[in-house]
Amino acid sequence: MLKISRYVAAAAAACLPTGAALAAWELNMPVGVTELSREIHGLHMLILGVCAVIAVVVFSVMIYSIVKFRRSKGAVPATWDHSTKVEVVWTVIPIAILVGMAIPAAETLIKIEDMRDSELTVKVTAYQWQWHYDYLDKGVSFFSRLARDSDDARRLNSGIDPRTVDNYLLEVDNRLVVPVDTKVRLLLTSNDVIHAWWVPQFGLKKDAYPGFVNEMWFRAEEPGVYRGQCAELCGYDHGFMPVVVEVKTKEEFEAWLQAQQQANGAAESEVAAVDSQTENAAVATVARAE
Amino acid sequence: MSTVDTHAGHSDTHHHDHHGPEKGWRRWLLATNHKDIGTMYLLFSLTMFFVGGLMALVIRAELFQPGLQLVNPQFFNSMTTMHALVMIFGAVMPAFVGLANWMIPLQIGAPDMALPRMNNFSFWILPFSFTLLLSTLFVEGGAPASGWTLYPPLSLQTGNAFPLSIFAIHLMGASSIMGAINVIVTIMNMRAPGMTLLKMPLFAWTWLITAYLLIAVMPVLAGAVTMLLTDHYFGTSFFSAAGGGDPVMYQHIFWFFGHPEVYIMILPAFGVISEIIPTFARKRLFGYDAMVYATASIAFLSFIVWAHHMFTVGMPLAGQMFFMLATMLIAVPTGVKVFNWTATIYKGSLSFEPPMLFALAFVFLFTIGGFSGLMLAIVPADFQYHDTYFVVAHFHYVLVPGAVFALMAGVYYWLPKWTGHMYNMTLAKWHFWLSAIFVNVLFFPQHFLGLAGMPRRIPDYNTQFADWNMISSIGAFGFGLSQLLFAVVIFQAIRGGAKATDKVWDSAAPHGLEWTLSSPPPYHSFEVAPEVK
Amino acid sequence: MNDQLKRNHRSLASRLWLFAGGSFAFGFALVPLYDVLCDVTGYGNRSRLVEAAEVVEAPDENRSITVEFVSTAPTYGNWEFRPAVGSMQVQPGKLYEAHFEARNLRSQPIVAQAVPSITPFQATRYFQKTECFCFTPQAFAAEESRQFTVRFIVDPKLPANIDRVTLGYAMYDAKQGSG
Repeated sequence: MLKISRYVAAAAAACLPTGAALAAWELNMPVGVTELSREIHGLHMLILGVCAVIAVVVFSVMIYSIVKFRRSKGAVPATWDHSTKVEVVWTVIPIAILVGMAIPAAETLIKIEDMRDSELTVKVTAYQWQWHYDYLDKGVSFFSRLARDSDDARRLNSGIDPRTVDNYLLEVDNRLVVPVDTKVRLLLTSNDVIHAWWVPQFGLKKDAYPGFVNEMWFRAEEPGVYRGQCAELCGYDHGFMPVVVEVKTKEEFEAWLQAQQQANGAAESEVAAVDSQTENAAVATVARAE
Repeated sequence: MSTVDTHAGHSDTHHHDHHGPEKGWRRWLLATNHKDIGTMYLLFSLTMFFVGGLMALVIRAELFQPGLQLVNPQFFNSMTTMHALVMIFGAVMPAFVGLANWMIPLQIGAPDMALPRMNNFSFWILPFSFTLLLSTLFVEGGAPASGWTLYPPLSLQTGNAFPLSIFAIHLMGASSIMGAINVIVTIMNMRAPGMTLLKMPLFAWTWLITAYLLIAVMPVLAGAVTMLLTDHYFGTSFFSAAGGGDPVMYQHIFWFFGHPEVYIMILPAFGVISEIIPTFARKRLFGYDAMVYATASIAFLSFIVWAHHMFTVGMPLAGQMFFMLATMLIAVPTGVKVFNWTATIYKGSLSFEPPMLFALAFVFLFTIGGFSGLMLAIVPADFQYHDTYFVVAHFHYVLVPGAVFALMAGVYYWLPKWTGHMYNMTLAKWHFWLSAIFVNVLFFPQHFLGLAGMPRRIPDYNTQFADWNMISSIGAFGFGLSQLLFAVVIFQAIRGGAKATDKVWDSAAPHGLEWTLSSPPPYHSFEVAPEVK
Repeated sequence: MNDQLKRNHRSLASRLWLFAGGSFAFGFALVPLYDVLCDVTGYGNRSRLVEAAEVVEAPDENRSITVEFVSTAPTYGNWEFRPAVGSMQVQPGKLYEAHFEARNLRSQPIVAQAVPSITPFQATRYFQKTECFCFTPQAFAAEESRQFTVRFIVDPKLPANIDRVTLGYAMYDAKQGSG
């Protein structure tokens, strides 16, 4: 309790400059930059709307009853206690509404599960607590971990105000780079525990399991940088393994890829100093490229 | 069966021979009286409610603003894990067992629970089990930090706390199963003459169904955690890919328990609400039969929807479709319940005593939780919602202003019956209004956080989430502090207060056998079975 | 409480205990049931992944499938493990051969077990291996390098909505006694 009271005092002082972050009052799911994310957003709004309508009806009746049928206003209770007709109606109508919602949901789901005609495959291996991206058949692979400035600021009582750090906790050292308007297929696996790869702007998340390979796809329609996080509790630094995807034009992507391949070939040991596996991947991919 | 021959006098071999409670500690340690055991359950769960609440406050204090100020991530993860385990198994479930102990014999006209010694045992396991669980906070490696779901392989990284917490879960499970068996035997064998099943109060009905759920799924949880234990210590590979196992299988087994578990916590709440609303609406419950059937269908459906907790594991399309449709179906019987409560207050004659306030807030806020549940059922949208604060908001809406408000409503409804004293109405109403306001300040912004992209179970976050987190934390402290009023009201009523009449709520003329007894009821009630017409 | 009532209590309670015991057993029964269910729903049976299949070649000349190979070696620094080629085009119904290279980086001998996985899972029952190093644990001498061969055939009945199958292996140290 002592700790908490000390903290509350500190927090009261710290909360004054929050006006700076006006954009922070985000209320809704992002529309996103893929066909799937837009459809998912549409489904979300549809069902939210349906729920809101039902809520208005039900809550209106409740509030009306609470206001109108008060004992203090001399309300006399009715004596009826059932009505088969009404009960059938409010069983059947919800079923109809549910079917109406299930159909568009099923259509989108079928699209999500359609992995055909992918143009680029990236193998994503999750580690405690970083990601490893391997562009299959391209000779490029690298680790992606929390950016240095975020990593410094997030230490317990670091004394660094997170508001001074750009994209606090949502920036990495090496971003996953993909081309725009390209169906990118991700193969997700894990080295240790379960993780989940998620970028809200792409609409989807999927778990990464040790020993199994999961797949998902996205086709980003706007160049830009999109940020997400690991979404499955994976231990100590679960909150500190962001996913950052940079979508480039196709030409820029090709240029980036070539630069990476050359760098990999030239300074393979530097790239892969962290662990032998990266090195293997680099060797392997160079071999494949030949 | 409980025939009228009991009025011939007490059988002299029977331990209910004496007329009053034992003196001192023996009364509690060796308790076999359903009222004493019910009291102990309720006080135990109140204690755990505060312990779990403190953990929640640690979480909300750390999340008050971005950056790590108070605890390291490991301890934060321990707090989320322990908060869930303590609240689910220590606060909500024992509280409902406590209510069942007190009220089921009184409602069905039975002299006691059917198996009093097992009743004693099932209660006294709990303090041991929770001592064990809480002691893991002090062992090497810290308390379990893999979430209450204990997903492997992460849970296998737990330190010395691992076997202790698994054993604690086994004990909690054993206690729940014993409690459930007791409820079923009591209801099936000890109803007063004339009390047919379809004349039973809904609280007894919902508990009967809950008890069957408990017996069906608590052992499955025991099995799942036992497999974790053998994977960790005895070289089996149930859940390890390296040995041919599958970590996804754990999730299937866990949620086969976990989803019915959710209904174990909410069905008795439905029962309590269905008792209170008709009383203070002064009108019979609308659609009693439909309520019973709806409860039974929810219980049935709870067995075929488990995988909606794990849409992101990579299931085949057909599986995703099936679990989506089955989950959406649950909205139908749940809707029936909400509509029936609404129809009960429609054209009633309402008054707003504390139990009714909590019950009405329950209907409103539980419905909001139901709506977000329906949204979560839509698989494509769930790919966005899954493991975010949207889910946190959803299940807290059904559990806090849902199950917990129902418990508070029940306590405020029956407390004068238990103690014989009216409680401080003004304070109770303050408790209600503060709780009802702060619970929304606490949980409603979490919907926004989740939709904006904040994952759950993270100790620190990007500054874009700062404002709603701060509001949520303010709500948490407001809600937490308001609960102190609850404790004050209860302890004042135990110590004294205006004498409660037999019916307690005279102007509302509540129905049910419990109101035919004095307040407080005699230590041994219904030794002569009442006649139910 | 009379004796008859007590007997009723006892008999119902013991039936309920039996029910609880049954539920406990059911929890364990879910383990084999899971495999059966996976098989029935086309999710892919894990045990089938490590069994040799007997198949007859019946090539489907009109269809081409991409088969990708990926590898992971979850113990840091202990293994070098990679496919010889990243992917290949195959015709369903025709037998193919792929190679993986593995090197034990440690200076002591070790028994390893490669754990296979097929993505998408629904393709598991259509991806048959006639020969695979994943069927049995493999013994490595200190710092030994080995090349492994896997012979496989993609069933022409592979659903039309799959055009790409990924064969992944994770290299683990074999567990003593539970291989």
